[in-house]
Amino acid sequence: MCGIIGVIDRARSGMDGSGIKKALSLMNERGSGEGAGYVAYGIYPDFPDCYALHVFYDNLVEPKKKVDDLLEKWGRIVHQEEIPTYEQPGLKKQHIPWRYFYKPHKDLKVGSSSPEDDLVKTLVMDINSRIEGALVFSSGINMGVFKAAGWPEDVADFYRIQDYKGYIWLAHNRYPTNTPGWWGGAHPFNLLDWSVVHNGEITSYGTNKQYVESNGYKCTMFTDTEVVAYLFDILGRRHGLASDMVVKALAPPFWDEIDEMPERERKINHAMRLTYRSAQMNGPFAIVVATSQGIVGFTDRIKLRPMVVGENGDKLYISSEEAAIRIMDPNVQNIRMPRAGEPVIGRVIV
Amino acid sequence: MTLGSVPMRYKVSIDRDQCMQCMRCVDNCSYGVYRVDGDKILVDSRKCTACHRCISMCPRDAISLQERPVDYRSHPVWTAQVREDVINQARTGKIILAGMGNALDYPIIFDRLVLDACQVTNPSIDPLREPMELRTYLGKKPSRLEFKKNDQGDVELATELAPNLKLETPIMIGHMSYGAISLNAQLSMAKAVAEMGTFMGTGEGGLHNALHPYQDHTIVQVASGRFGVDIDYLERGAAIEIKIGQGAKPGIGGHLPGEKVCVDVSCTRMIPLGSDAISPAPHHDIYSIEDLAQLVRSLKEATEWKKPVFVKIAAVHNVAAIAAGIARSSADAVVIDGFRGGTGAAPKVFRDNVGIPIEAAIAAVDQKLNDQGVRNEVSIIASGGIRNSADLAKSIALGADAVYIGTASLIALGCRVCGNCYRNLCPWGIATQRQDLVDRLDPEIGAQNVANLIHAWTLELSELMGAAGLNSIESLRGNRERLRGYMLDEGMLKVLKVNPVGA
Repeated sequence: MCGIIGVIDRARSGMDGSGIKKALSLMNERGSGEGAGYVAYGIYPDFPDCYALHVFYDNLVEPKKKVDDLLEKWGRIVHQEEIPTYEQPGLKKQHIPWRYFYKPHKDLKVGSSSPEDDLVKTLVMDINSRIEGALVFSSGINMGVFKAAGWPEDVADFYRIQDYKGYIWLAHNRYPTNTPGWWGGAHPFNLLDWSVVHNGEITSYGTNKQYVESNGYKCTMFTDTEVVAYLFDILGRRHGLASDMVVKALAPPFWDEIDEMPERERKINHAMRLTYRSAQMNGPFAIVVATSQGIVGFTDRIKLRPMVVGENGDKLYISSEEAAIRIMDPNVQNIRMPRAGEPVIGRVIV
Repeated sequence: MTLGSVPMRYKVSIDRDQCMQCMRCVDNCSYGVYRVDGDKILVDSRKCTACHRCISMCPRDAISLQERPVDYRSHPVWTAQVREDVINQARTGKIILAGMGNALDYPIIFDRLVLDACQVTNPSIDPLREPMELRTYLGKKPSRLEFKKNDQGDVELATELAPNLKLETPIMIGHMSYGAISLNAQLSMAKAVAEMGTFMGTGEGGLHNALHPYQDHTIVQVASGRFGVDIDYLERGAAIEIKIGQGAKPGIGGHLPGEKVCVDVSCTRMIPLGSDAISPAPHHDIYSIEDLAQLVRSLKEATEWKKPVFVKIAAVHNVAAIAAGIARSSADAVVIDGFRGGTGAAPKVFRDNVGIPIEAAIAAVDQKLNDQGVRNEVSIIASGGIRNSADLAKSIALGADAVYIGTASLIALGCRVCGNCYRNLCPWGIATQRQDLVDRLDPEIGAQNVANLIHAWTLELSELMGAAGLNSIESLRGNRERLRGYMLDEGMLKVLKVNPVGA
């Protein structure tokens, strides 16, 4: 089932994590206390141009040495530290969350139009598939994921997310069926600038997985959600599609609708369905994706999962439940329920 | 010394109490099993092929048929079939010819693959109440799209798309040539595919005038004999298919016995009347993969790049690498024909022993193209032994875009898989050119039966997809997560890239 919520302040005003913690905890009916997580953008102003790599270490002896060596081979570690955590009675610490502020040597990657991103992507895939006891779960610039197995309030307090100020927050309350209790299985999922929270199940996973794998990605998280991050990375970053076009590829209109469209639109949608047929996602889902530039929310083509949207000035909220938005912002306006497959997009304006 | 006779294969008997001597069996049997002597119908069981024509026409259910009425001493190695083949060859010194597909008892992988359905965590979709999309496009796809802004500031598509075939259901009818089958059989199929919004192959027998009204639903074939190929033919087809090989007889060319080359067939094929049409084993202008790429381009040039060009190969050991080579040419689709694929005539030793099953071939090709990052750009069409909608769904989940059916569509026209297609005596009017037999097949009724079959499979596929929580065919294609192997060995599971049941 799962509960999701996302908020953006389009004027980039920082919000601390206390509001979203309240909102997410309100949706505990949708979770089972086995996974929750948050992601925030704009939280590392002291390192504005470094990749912030968040890593779960099983211990700091073996895997860390390997990761350090690998990172130093391909770039420079500007700063590193353990992510501050605070023991919670209801949460058992299973990993040591660590963070690196990292600058890759971009001249080491040839044949890429975004060499730094591609280098970091390759490092993330390498570490996650090859180094046992290390899992990179966040790898964007000036942003970070905080997640663990537990109830939303415990996870929030464990990281003290109220100490971070971001202009975009996404959060996820998990009811796991696949990998309960595994910290890596909690949402949000992240790769580079892309973060994803997802309520649902992707029945087309096998097809999507093959597509991302044939594009050089490795699925290492044992869950369907990670493909969404990779799909956005391929279509949004590498193919340069705008967010609404990415959504059109992932949750396209039905052929009957396309056939009725005016010529220009019909051509675009027809070509999108043919070209991105293997990226199309099926099954019940409501998804919010964030980048440093904004958030996008969308559901599957027949809306088998709930999604509610609200606004208040510069703030745009997307959530599984209206109540979660209201507790975070009692003055919220324009509450509405988008149609199936219709993207809801909030972009930063400054 | 004489070898004597081998025991009869079938024994036909007539229940004389039931028989009303209407003579329908006598009239219908083209193999000469029945003959009339005075007021008695005499039976020569040795001539019987078990085609069931007489049985299906008998108004009193008076005829019964028994296979192998005479036992051999049972032996697991020297089976009756093996012994008879030896006797046959000792007598004739010839290659044994056979019809239809592989008849050896290999395990069928399809039957060891099971499909998935939704429970609780994801809802199944009811195709009666929700949209269900089976529309399939076959042909080259770009790997990515470019857009531009027009003068009004609207986004426009900048990428030019290659022509694709639009199928309303991912079921096509494979290539069975005019010559191998009758005009009425081809007409039945043509009408059916036109009605169902799909396509049929012409085979390497050219395109008879009578099929011109349905040319937009035909895929014209260019095979090694180049029978019937001219520019008019190429231009009439909706797509062109180069046939390199065929699942029933990989490595050798086509065989059309001269008995079946009547006036019309000879004209359509552009070959002499009554001559055997034996197409060469290779294309003599294709001795390597780059030659193939050249032929693909030549055909595209000849038709002004307006038509997709497919390349059909038999599923052989190295099928994946060959398909990857084809994908690198301008070809729009790779057709893979598994070793159960049917045929009108093939040397039995090939039919039964050469090639690999389609299930493994689809998976291997899909995986190889994926690994090389080109899978999304070409289409895969699977054929050879697809018997029902379950095989169809499994083929797509293993990685096919669409399938060709052959034998199944013939059965829909009356065929009982007797396997004597090469004799020109098909009493159902399918695999024959004898006009009195051809006339037995009414193309209107035949078309309805074939269309019914495609329709029924389409409905079943929709139900299977809905149960699996999928509402578009794109999401089933290559979705091996929705398959599990039951009692398949580890090596096979690895090739199929499918988990075992329970995992």
